[in-house]
Amino acid sequence: MSALFEQILQVGFLAAIIRIATPLAFATLGEMFSERAGVLNLGIEGIMLLSAMTGFTAASLSGSLWLGVLVAVLTGALMGALHALFTVALGLSQHVCGIGVTLFCSGLAYFLYRLIFGQQSVPPNIKGFQTLPIPVLSDIPVLGPAVFNQFSLVYMAIIAIPLAAFVLYRTPWGLSVRMVGENPRAADSAGVGVIATRFQAVILGGALMGLAGAFLSMAQFNAFTFGVVSGRGWVAIALVVFGRWDPWRSAGAALLFAFVDALQLRMQASGLGHIPYEAFLMLPFIFTIVAMAVMSRNAVAPSALLKPFRREER
Amino acid sequence: MSAPLIEMRGITKSFGAVKANEAVDLSVAPGEILGLLGENGAGKTTLMNVLFGAYAPDAGEILIQGQPVRINSSADALAAGIGMVHQHFHLAPRLSVLENLLIGIAGKSGRIDRAGGLARLNEISRQHGLMLDPDLPVSALSVGEQQRLEIVKALFRGARLLILDEPTAVLAPTEVDGLFSALRSMALQGLGIIFISHKLNEVRALTHRCVVLRHGRVAGRVDTPATTTSSEMAQLMCGHEIVPPARGPSTPGVAVLTLQGISTSHHSGMALRDVSLSVRASEILGIAGVSGNGQRALADVISGVLAPDAGQMTIAGKSVSRFSPREVQALGLGRIPEDRMTTGLVTNLPLADSMVLPRIGTEAFSRKGLLRPDAIRAFAEEQIKAYDIRCPGPMTRAGALSGGNLQKALLARELAFDPRVLIVSQPTRGLDIGAARFIHEKFLDMRAKGCGIIVIGEDLEELLMLCDRIAVMYEGRIAGTLDSADATVAKFGLMMTGAGQADEAA
Repeated sequence: MSALFEQILQVGFLAAIIRIATPLAFATLGEMFSERAGVLNLGIEGIMLLSAMTGFTAASLSGSLWLGVLVAVLTGALMGALHALFTVALGLSQHVCGIGVTLFCSGLAYFLYRLIFGQQSVPPNIKGFQTLPIPVLSDIPVLGPAVFNQFSLVYMAIIAIPLAAFVLYRTPWGLSVRMVGENPRAADSAGVGVIATRFQAVILGGALMGLAGAFLSMAQFNAFTFGVVSGRGWVAIALVVFGRWDPWRSAGAALLFAFVDALQLRMQASGLGHIPYEAFLMLPFIFTIVAMAVMSRNAVAPSALLKPFRREER
Repeated sequence: MSAPLIEMRGITKSFGAVKANEAVDLSVAPGEILGLLGENGAGKTTLMNVLFGAYAPDAGEILIQGQPVRINSSADALAAGIGMVHQHFHLAPRLSVLENLLIGIAGKSGRIDRAGGLARLNEISRQHGLMLDPDLPVSALSVGEQQRLEIVKALFRGARLLILDEPTAVLAPTEVDGLFSALRSMALQGLGIIFISHKLNEVRALTHRCVVLRHGRVAGRVDTPATTTSSEMAQLMCGHEIVPPARGPSTPGVAVLTLQGISTSHHSGMALRDVSLSVRASEILGIAGVSGNGQRALADVISGVLAPDAGQMTIAGKSVSRFSPREVQALGLGRIPEDRMTTGLVTNLPLADSMVLPRIGTEAFSRKGLLRPDAIRAFAEEQIKAYDIRCPGPMTRAGALSGGNLQKALLARELAFDPRVLIVSQPTRGLDIGAARFIHEKFLDMRAKGCGIIVIGEDLEELLMLCDRIAVMYEGRIAGTLDSADATVAKFGLMMTGAGQADEAA
């Protein structure tokens, strides 16, 4: 047991938390924007998978990782627009359409991947993102190597959190997003385009989910496999609730989950071998369920979440 | 008076075969308060929605300061200087006062202009005496304050014409005075105001001129509301004279419902604190008060939906032990809930089903666990005839009925079983004068037959007309009970705001 604690205190452990938290942070922020505007996006799992696949493919064919990231973001935005088309423009059930988007994206990802790469015994991989130490900052003891010797996408996530909070709370657009998620009629009578604002928020959310997918296939695993997302999208939905629809809290929730996940990885490796490793794999999810049960009692969702807006209805 | 601020000419708007507005002319001058009077369904709200850009008129034009304009959306209306305070507020409860004001307003270099917003709010507050704390979430405001925010919101956007749709329906008498003085101050500063109401005394007290709508047309114009009698205006509104039903004397019998020291907790809204009251046979007890002072909890306890933490309740002399709707109903309680659509009936089911729902398990409508559709249908048909419920038939979707007909259906369903006690909440809210009159007569009939009735309401005039005694609720307590013979609106106003309880400062 003491060996485990020693490991926790190591720099590598801290760095692992940050790394694991990054895709979750992107995904959680993406889901949060969508939900703040009143649209639950259950397509997140599939959007992440499809983006991971398109990003990986673009990077592997072109040799440019950043082109891959761009393609992944565009894929996510496009799928966000698809979800918005169903749920915002047509006002269909957000649950059903979200699951539909996930199934569609997953199927499309498998299909395209097979089409492009064929059946191979060893999945193709790429030379993914390398860590990019930030001068000076990475020399800080402990914190430096853990936080400032990471992939550039990690730095983007770290910047994305305060940026998301700024956009949501300090800009007129962010206020519009919050308003259409709380009382679309009020926004409408104030001259704010409810449909347009919701579309924008869901598309922005999809783009962030695309970034999460890009990180998985181009920085974390450097390959695309069908299990590359493996539930991280669903976890992000829970983390949004856990984070009470707030960027800071949501990012905190992602960090907490990442901590438990990093911990279970270390536990698997640390001499507790007589317990099946699946038991450790469960830990982060058990943590999520418990945390949700405790925290979501007081959580108040945006009032207009799940409610389509139609102007004529009074 | 100067040139009109706004003029509507020949406005016609149809929904299918129904003409909601037909050739309506209307104008408001700067500094003028125009009353728009009419029964429910007379077309007041439709007309204002045309003006506010929610509906496009089929014919007619709108002129602003003599210039014809097209108003296709609320954004257009706002840009044209028209602000509207809707009956149901358009506010986001979890956002702050300031955020609700700043929505839809372009910021400064991409950011919300907080300082500018605060300055403007202060200016408007000072000018019209409309004080608001900018950082409070809207959910922390009282209904009156939320209304104030809606008015400020319109002014914030530079409205020169303010439309208020039934603004007093949600206010206590003292709050009404505050609203009126603010509106008068705005008019003095050159704003035009359209005040929609069906309360004649308010229109007479506030407005300079008044337009009466009936069946979508202008039924009459009153140039001096202050000196025109209410009955003259009522006649314009209804097309015929309305005589309020006379409440004859009655000798109350034994108590049919008593509450002793009832307290509740954990109720959405105000909880009850040590409430005791009784209703006797052949008596109508009114419960007055600004909504949100425990009326809902009281209705829920009496109808067995909410079990109190402390206290006893008896119905027809028998103590209520388990507090379930079925138990109180078996003891002889009839209930007409506050919200016809959500707790009254099932809007997507046939009317007949909703009409038997509370007694679905009784021998009359089911046998051996199976429904008796013929009996249910027959019952509904009988009541539809007896109460003149206007609908295509008992299998009509309940939600398709008008408010007045729904209320009749609910009344029929309770009265058919001769309740010993009847509790009704807001019995005539949203009903036109004719339908309200019908409901009132039924209550008086029941009273004559020995039923005890509790009427929870906000309309004091209605309560004074209907009730033998009136209790006032304030912050979950009974603040006092008055005999309606020696009660006045002024006395109630004081009790309703807690001022009558100055000695209870602790």
